[in-house]
Amino acid sequence: MTAAPLIEVEDLRIDLDNGASHVAAVEGVSFRIDRGETFGLVGESGCGKSITALALIGLLRRPLSVAAGAIRFEGREIQGLSAAAQRALRGDRIAMIFQEPMTALNPVSPVGRQIAEMFVLHKGKSWREANQLAVEALANVRVPAPERRVKDYPHQLSGGMRQRVMIAIALACDPDLLIADEPTTALDVTVQAEIIELMRNLCAERGTAILMISHDLGLVANVCRRVGVMYAGRIVEERGSDDIFRACAHPYTQGLVDSLPRLGSRAALGRSRLREIAGVVPAIADFPSGCRFNPRCAQATEICRTTAPETTWLGAGGLVRCHHHA
Amino acid sequence: MKLGTSAIIGGVLFALAIFVGLFAPWLAHTDPVMGANLMNAEEPPSWIWWFGTDAQGRDIYSRVVHGARISLTVGIVSQLVNSVIGVTLGLTAGYWGGWWDDVVNGLTNLMLAIPSLIFALAIMAVLGPGLTSLLIALGLTNWSFTCRIARASTLSLKSQGYVQAARVLGYGDLRIMITQLLPNMVGPIIVIGTLGMGGAVLAEASLSFLGLGIRPPYPSWGSMLSEARDQITTAPWLSVFPGLAIFLTVLGLNLLGDGLRDVLDPQSRSRRA
Ligand SMILES: Nc1ncnc2c1ncn2[C@@H]1O[C@H](COP(=O)(O)OP(=O)(O)OP(=O)(O)O)[C@@H](O)[C@H]1O
Ligand code: SF4
Ligand SMILES: [Mg+2]
Repeated sequence: MTAAPLIEVEDLRIDLDNGASHVAAVEGVSFRIDRGETFGLVGESGCGKSITALALIGLLRRPLSVAAGAIRFEGREIQGLSAAAQRALRGDRIAMIFQEPMTALNPVSPVGRQIAEMFVLHKGKSWREANQLAVEALANVRVPAPERRVKDYPHQLSGGMRQRVMIAIALACDPDLLIADEPTTALDVTVQAEIIELMRNLCAERGTAILMISHDLGLVANVCRRVGVMYAGRIVEERGSDDIFRACAHPYTQGLVDSLPRLGSRAALGRSRLREIAGVVPAIADFPSGCRFNPRCAQATEICRTTAPETTWLGAGGLVRCHHHA
Repeated sequence: MKLGTSAIIGGVLFALAIFVGLFAPWLAHTDPVMGANLMNAEEPPSWIWWFGTDAQGRDIYSRVVHGARISLTVGIVSQLVNSVIGVTLGLTAGYWGGWWDDVVNGLTNLMLAIPSLIFALAIMAVLGPGLTSLLIALGLTNWSFTCRIARASTLSLKSQGYVQAARVLGYGDLRIMITQLLPNMVGPIIVIGTLGMGGAVLAEASLSFLGLGIRPPYPSWGSMLSEARDQITTAPWLSVFPGLAIFLTVLGLNLLGDGLRDVLDPQSRSRRA
């Protein structure tokens, strides 16, 4: 069966409207995620990853708005749905976990109640049933002694435990898509690895698709089958995770790859010795004309400054946007 | 959570007033209204008449004890009404913003510009004296501080991760307000409510003293003061004991409110840290 993909984004454009100025923060972004698939969005801070994710769940708010393009969930245009229908999707079919496990939980509510609320809200369960299901949900994310932990308040739990609770909440209703926006940046490295592993295993067991967002190309490539590299509001390269290290096509991706620590070299060299991409991401209002990467690109030529590069299709479903791609 | 000494003293005073109000019929010696006996008129305080008697020979102690019922009922009920109004308006205004916020802000500023006692006086003048009018007048005129606090709390809580997260998880507006916003602002609301209750007890006394609240012969502390006005030199006990009751109750509520502020209001806590 070649059914519609789980989620399909086509030519998405997100405008930032500050009254006086009116600029596209995200432009021409397209990607699709099939059922149970894992897709990653990578890019430096401010390139538009989070607002793209918010657009997917219909939660962009002033001054940001979807200006053009389509976002289809199981073939249905999300923006065509009523507010209530969108709300019913959120948390039930499409769930999301965030960077900050410290602040994403309500400090005055026991964690069990916050998990149970999902069953009451989306599955119409009674509180008694929901509390029972909350204990199971905590057990599923490998929290020890879940029947006691449900009564704990967030401040009684460590960062890693709180992120587990967040995952339990997100996966409570068995969603089809889990959006993980920088889910582990606030945690230390060992806990980070545990949490990622847990999330990956749980989603694989249940056939939940993942959209993972991060500035860490290594992390994303490790978790996801395919990766989209974003720069200044555009996807500049989309590849299978294996191809991206072997033969990336875009100079920006190459820069990201070069800035990753090589295995085992980290301790010797330290972060400061890694090769970084020179320059900074331009602010939305000052996006350069032509290819937006041209001021920072070593390969840039005249055409890069005047004309935005078209999409070039590579083998195996990959694509790149660069005049002089490898 | 650690309560300071003043909060404990305040709490004890308020609890005592509640206790007296609840058990007034058992604590009182005589009926506060019908227990008149001209044989005992204007007795000074003694072992038999603890707080003395008035010109009709009614036992002041029994009247003060029964007065606690009325004064506390007015204080508690009217402040509850104020809190509900203030929280509802402030929370929705802060959450939704836009024209509704403008309307609520306008109303709040209006309420703050008119002294609430004057406003209550005007309402009493229209509704006439009595307990119900008192509850309405005092319940509708003192919600502006609660409203301000609720609105300000909402504005700062709205950007918190867990409120954003709730939206992402499919919570509706009402559910977000009830589960994410309200529980995180109860501290300051309780503080304002406790202080406001003291204010309402005073306001009841003032209105009754002016003859607009509880009318004689029913014993509220304010109406007793009003009756005692002419005998303040000849029979000072008629004024002293109801006055003391008002003083101790309001003092208790203020001490309690200030003490609760120290433990419940995170803003004042962080200011000190
Ligand atoms: N509410 C907002 N109002 C104005 N500008 C916004 C708003 N939210 C995001 N932006 C702008 O939109 C751009 C994209 O933001 P976004 O949060 O998607 O970046 P990101 O790729 O997720 O970055 P990070 O890695 O830092 O999370 C940024 O330049 C940001 O300044
Ligand atoms: S289009 Fe030109 S400027 Fe842009 S990445 Fe390719 S070579 Fe560099
Ligand atoms: Mg982000």
